[in-house]
Amino acid sequence: MSTPAPKSAHRSLALRLGLVALAAFGFGFALVPLYDVICAVTGYGDKRMLSQASDAPGVVDADRVVTVEFLAELPTVGQWQFRPTVHSMQVQPGRLYEATFIAENLSQRDTYGQAVPDVAPSKAASFFRKTECFCFTPQHFAAGETRQMPVRFFIDPALPKYVDRVTLAYTFYDTQAPVAALSNDYLLK
Amino acid sequence: MANTAYAGTHAHQDHAPRGIWRWLTTTNHKDIGTLYLVFSGIMFFVGGAMAMLIRAELFQPGLQFLDPAFFNSMTTVHALVMVFGAVMPAFVGLANWMIPMQLGAPDMALPRMNNFSFWILPFAFSLLILTLFLPGGAPAGGWTLYPPLVLQGGESLPLAIFAIHLLGASSIMGAINVIVTIMNMRAPGLTLLRMPIFAWTWLITAYLLIAVMPVLAGAVTMLLTDHFFGTSFFSAAGGGDPVLFQHLFWFFGHPEVYIMILPAFGVVSEIIPAFSRKPLFGYESMVYATASIGFLSFIVWAHHMFTVGMPLAGQMFFMLTTMLIAVPTGVKVFNWATTLWKGSITFETPMLFALAFLFLFTIGGFSGLMLAIVPADFQYHDTYFVVAHFHYVLVPGAVFALMGGTYYWLPKWSGHMYNERLAKVHFWLSAIFVNVLFFPQHFVGLAGMPRRIPDYATQFADWNMISSIGGFGFGASQLLFFYIVWRTVRGGEKAPQKAWEGARGLEWEVPSPAPHHTWDSPPSVAAIERNAMH
Repeated sequence: MSTPAPKSAHRSLALRLGLVALAAFGFGFALVPLYDVICAVTGYGDKRMLSQASDAPGVVDADRVVTVEFLAELPTVGQWQFRPTVHSMQVQPGRLYEATFIAENLSQRDTYGQAVPDVAPSKAASFFRKTECFCFTPQHFAAGETRQMPVRFFIDPALPKYVDRVTLAYTFYDTQAPVAALSNDYLLK
Repeated sequence: MANTAYAGTHAHQDHAPRGIWRWLTTTNHKDIGTLYLVFSGIMFFVGGAMAMLIRAELFQPGLQFLDPAFFNSMTTVHALVMVFGAVMPAFVGLANWMIPMQLGAPDMALPRMNNFSFWILPFAFSLLILTLFLPGGAPAGGWTLYPPLVLQGGESLPLAIFAIHLLGASSIMGAINVIVTIMNMRAPGLTLLRMPIFAWTWLITAYLLIAVMPVLAGAVTMLLTDHFFGTSFFSAAGGGDPVLFQHLFWFFGHPEVYIMILPAFGVVSEIIPAFSRKPLFGYESMVYATASIGFLSFIVWAHHMFTVGMPLAGQMFFMLTTMLIAVPTGVKVFNWATTLWKGSITFETPMLFALAFLFLFTIGGFSGLMLAIVPADFQYHDTYFVVAHFHYVLVPGAVFALMGGTYYWLPKWSGHMYNERLAKVHFWLSAIFVNVLFFPQHFVGLAGMPRRIPDYATQFADWNMISSIGGFGFGASQLLFFYIVWRTVRGGEKAPQKAWEGARGLEWEVPSPAPHHTWDSPPSVAAIERNAMH
């Protein structure tokens, strides 16, 4: 450069840099949908698939047996009991099965529970299909109500050969419980 | 030489207001630099006091002094104060003082914004420190603010988040100011590749700041709306994913660690040539290495979260890109070593700090490489090994560079030489105690001691006691630092215009102390040539 730039040049460069900062702020929010896309592409499979109904199974692979384990988890907020009725099943890929989970609303109020599914190993997620599941919609529970909830599923026969054990986990959230509830209980203690 | 006359003589001796109004309203880059440095000194003291509490609690196993929840607040707020209050503002202070003088510019390009970006800081930290007195205490979920834990922490959350918003705004404005100054205000003839390396490292740092501080602002805003307005960015119940926050945080967080270390590289790259009496070896490769580190810092973030469950391809990618950073960093370390080679080296205090930086930062870099290895990281994750690693790069890394830079430029700022004997005592105490403090943390970390816990199993007791002794020693040594700086500012032996025989840079072409206004008319091309680093 030859001579120091005038003040207007400072202003315009500062403005452009400010726009870059603004774009970076937007980029942070753009990462939210991008994150799901990247997870879907890089191996987790599309997580939304786990919460969506699938078509009925086709051919059954009778020569193969896969162990499906069930896991029920509760977050730190909300007052529930939640467990599967059986801990594992031996299944043939392509055949339709039903498992049930039992939930009890221990709180003194009406509420809705939302189950969030996860499958391990993550490679197996896109081969775990459900035709019906209590996790598809929020479940209404009256105060003190206990209920059995079904999930009908099958394993896609295209499941990679090296997978012989799949774990289906649900975390059951009380959608009406404010997050702060825990901390206040904890702090008052 | 004749050109030295420009700088000092027709400094418009102060039409600046006196007293408090001078500091509140100043738009002078030197005043604002001083404000930043003093502020970061205070924050270093506050964050250091918190570290002393942490080390006191960890002196012995069992719970001695602190309530566990308060201990967690201490680890969290210590980190936030040190990162955002001590290290970052200190480098902005150095940038304010030195970049205009090094570029032959009369001031920063946007002086009013400069004033604004500084005066935001005291308000931001008042908010943050205020949380200590709220019901539920200060944030206690770690400086990484991971949900859902951080959302369960009492009433501090909104204040902490607004503090971070303000800090972000301040950093972004500071960064914009640095870039505009460097791009638009360099003296005629001072091309980009003739700039002092400190200005170069700051230019790259400023771009990193503009790119990632807004992402942090966005992420903490999402925490806020998740908590108060029913959104579900990070709440699994509503279809979000808490791991997403970790990605957002570290997309900011990893460049952030380079934001704290690149200007330190710049300072060390000024000091080592000055006391080796040689030009910096490989100036251009230094610039390109810095830029490469800046670029790589954007694509390595998930190495902070290997254990959250990630596809193998992701682990491989982040492991390998992380290790790749060792290449440009190695270029820098070898360039510093080669600058020393056959130099006429003397060991004044700034040089001692720079040499300690060279050794100890490299140790921190190596433990970083160990952490980059995925299978090993599963063992090291969230242990004291990580604590040892990042304190090695931040304390004898960034903080030593800041102290070395302070001793190096203090004669220019104050017009007085500091007490060399006392400063050497300060250096040796710091250098010894910092290793007593942090080296044993490698051992307890490898043995499995988890971080952020106020109590520990008895087999970790001996090394923790030694570490705490090192901590108290290091903390006390810094009181000496404040004393030396205070004494030097108040008086002492007159510093010559060029305080160090081997120093290069246009800052040494203006009188000591640097008058209120410098480079009203730009330096001559001869002066620029004479002071080029290569």
